[in-house]
Amino acid sequence: MKILVPVKRVVDYNVKVRVKPDQTGVDLANVKMSMNPFCEIAVEEAVRMKEKGGVEEIIVVSVGPQQAQETIRTALAMGADRGILIQTDEMAEPLAVAKLLAKVVEAEGPEMVILGKQAIDDDSNQTGQMLGALLDWPQATFASEVELSDGKANVTREIDGGLQTLSVELPAIVTTDLRLNEPRYASLPNIMKAKRKPIDAKTPEDFGVDIAPRLKVIKVSEPPKREAGIKVESVAELVDKLKNKEGVIG
Amino acid sequence: MSILLLAEHDNTTLSDATRAAVTAAKKIGGDVDVLVAGSGAGDVAQAAAGIEGVTKVLHADGDIFAKPTAEALEALILPMMDGYDVLIAVASTTGKNFAPRIAAKLDVMQLSEVVAVESADTFVRPIYAGNAMMTVQSTDAKKVITVRPTTFEKAGDGGSASVETVDAPAGPFKSAFVSEELSKSDRPELTAAKIVVSGGRGMQSGDNFVLLDKIADKLNAAVGASRAAVDAGYVPNDYQVGQTGKVVAPELYIAVGISGAIQHLAGMKDSKIIVAINKDEEAPIFSVADYGLVADLFKALPELEEELTKVGL
Ligand SMILES: Cc1cc2nc3c(=O)[nH]c(=O)nc-3n(C[C@H](O)[C@H](O)[C@H](O)COP(=O)(O)OP(=O)(O)OC[C@H]3O[C@@H](n4cnc5c(N)ncnc54)[C@H](O)[C@@H]3O)c2cc1C
Ligand SMILES: Nc1ncnc2c1ncn2[C@@H]1O[C@H](COP(=O)(O)O)[C@@H](O)[C@H]1O
Repeated sequence: MKILVPVKRVVDYNVKVRVKPDQTGVDLANVKMSMNPFCEIAVEEAVRMKEKGGVEEIIVVSVGPQQAQETIRTALAMGADRGILIQTDEMAEPLAVAKLLAKVVEAEGPEMVILGKQAIDDDSNQTGQMLGALLDWPQATFASEVELSDGKANVTREIDGGLQTLSVELPAIVTTDLRLNEPRYASLPNIMKAKRKPIDAKTPEDFGVDIAPRLKVIKVSEPPKREAGIKVESVAELVDKLKNKEGVIG
Repeated sequence: MSILLLAEHDNTTLSDATRAAVTAAKKIGGDVDVLVAGSGAGDVAQAAAGIEGVTKVLHADGDIFAKPTAEALEALILPMMDGYDVLIAVASTTGKNFAPRIAAKLDVMQLSEVVAVESADTFVRPIYAGNAMMTVQSTDAKKVITVRPTTFEKAGDGGSASVETVDAPAGPFKSAFVSEELSKSDRPELTAAKIVVSGGRGMQSGDNFVLLDKIADKLNAAVGASRAAVDAGYVPNDYQVGQTGKVVAPELYIAVGISGAIQHLAGMKDSKIIVAINKDEEAPIFSVADYGLVADLFKALPELEEELTKVGL
């Protein structure tokens, strides 16, 4: 089978972003960008499935600026076979991304799409579910274990109260949670090899998808600041403060 | 404006998160109908009917809703949306799972994890792990919204809405519930607790969490954890507090052996009082803590237990 893995280029998770003074967005100039961590987990899972056998091809796709090619290269170096860059300098919203991905699925015919559960920039947590609806495919979100058998996937999911296992018919959508796997670092030879793997260049217009945003950003502001408080010298002082000054215990 | 709101429950008890979502709905304005999709969840429907401000309760009863899948909820809710302008769900693992499917089918962008309602079409939501707050206006005709329950007051009782039965969809569906392994605890639920005591990598092992349990028992607190503690297997995954775990906002949050990475802060920095116990005085957690104690946790926690006993806890 074929697996499609959508990957997003985002601000590196170590970066603490700053809001622009004019409140139009966050300052992304000269900030380190990386593959969204949940997408790395998705790529890793697909590569492991391929290594186990039964998967012929892993296609990665990214919707974003020219530089998203680097993100695709990273996935290719981890073991994906080829890439598709749907290039746009617009910030494509999850709904638009899901529509583009649905077109890619139509064209490529994968039996599974593995996405990250969440992009750590917009924190939307919706693209995979939207794609599932557009394709009328079942979904298993927030996966911490995926097992394939007889045209089905048994997926363990991280839910609020613990763990849940679902059985979904293929083709299906899977979105990754943190405990699914630990992504590998690409080896130097694999990084070299990835340079020769093909990346198709497309645009949203090629797929006839309108990616005009539906949400109008009124402003982006700083969250309320929390001031550092005081250091207490002892546990006894701490308990005294919590009980007698703050009244939050006892 | 008419609003459909999906209740959160376990078939026996209505979750307080639903009450918070009702408050968010009332800020948007208009009729608020609460949908209870469950199996044998009659008590939940009654409880929902008693919430102040609820217009009507719709009760769908069926085996398929004992553990509702996203596909079954889609089949139930999508046809109902003809009659509503807004769908609201709690930003729980249930809400996050099904709501985007409805949004996609309605061809609208979902507003995820809304923390404030500015007007009927304008909302505030955190982005970049809460390092920025985005105010967005939806240009879509219908709205699909998930709300972060910790930032809205819980609507109280005082309503007496009618309960109407709606049919559960028949299926078949392409996904099926197989099993569940729920963490058992007598302690309050993490997102609802007034006090949360969380441990990080500094705890060194799952066994050492007993030290936190003892404090939690005295304070009637829930126990949480950092991602590092969960990844290391000290505690189950549903203990994780943070950007990609649970968001909590208790009266008191005690972080023990947690460094304070932005992803962790995203899940707890709206707590009223934050206490940090860490042996590294440079740990970033101290920059958000109201009270910081620079100490070895293996010494501080037994002392804390003792001091709490002294004050009669
Ligand atoms: C995509 C992504 C999502 C993430 N989501 C989350 C999330 O939702 N929640 C989350 O928490 N993290 C999340 N993280 C991880 C986050 O970046 C940090 O790695 C994590 O929070 C660190 O956990 P920690 O503070 O327990 O461990 P560390 O950073 O290792 O800190 C341990 C602390 O314990 C202290 N300590 C050690 N021994 C003692 C002792 N004896 N006494 C007192 N103090 C001691 C140390 O001084 C140190 O400050 C995410 C990361 C990524 C990439
Ligand atoms: N621009 C994009 N290009 C490719 N994949 C994306 C893009 N945006 C979102 N995704 C996928 O959808 C997942 C969830 O993103 P989100 O719904 O934005 O939180 C990501 O982890 C990716 O797998």
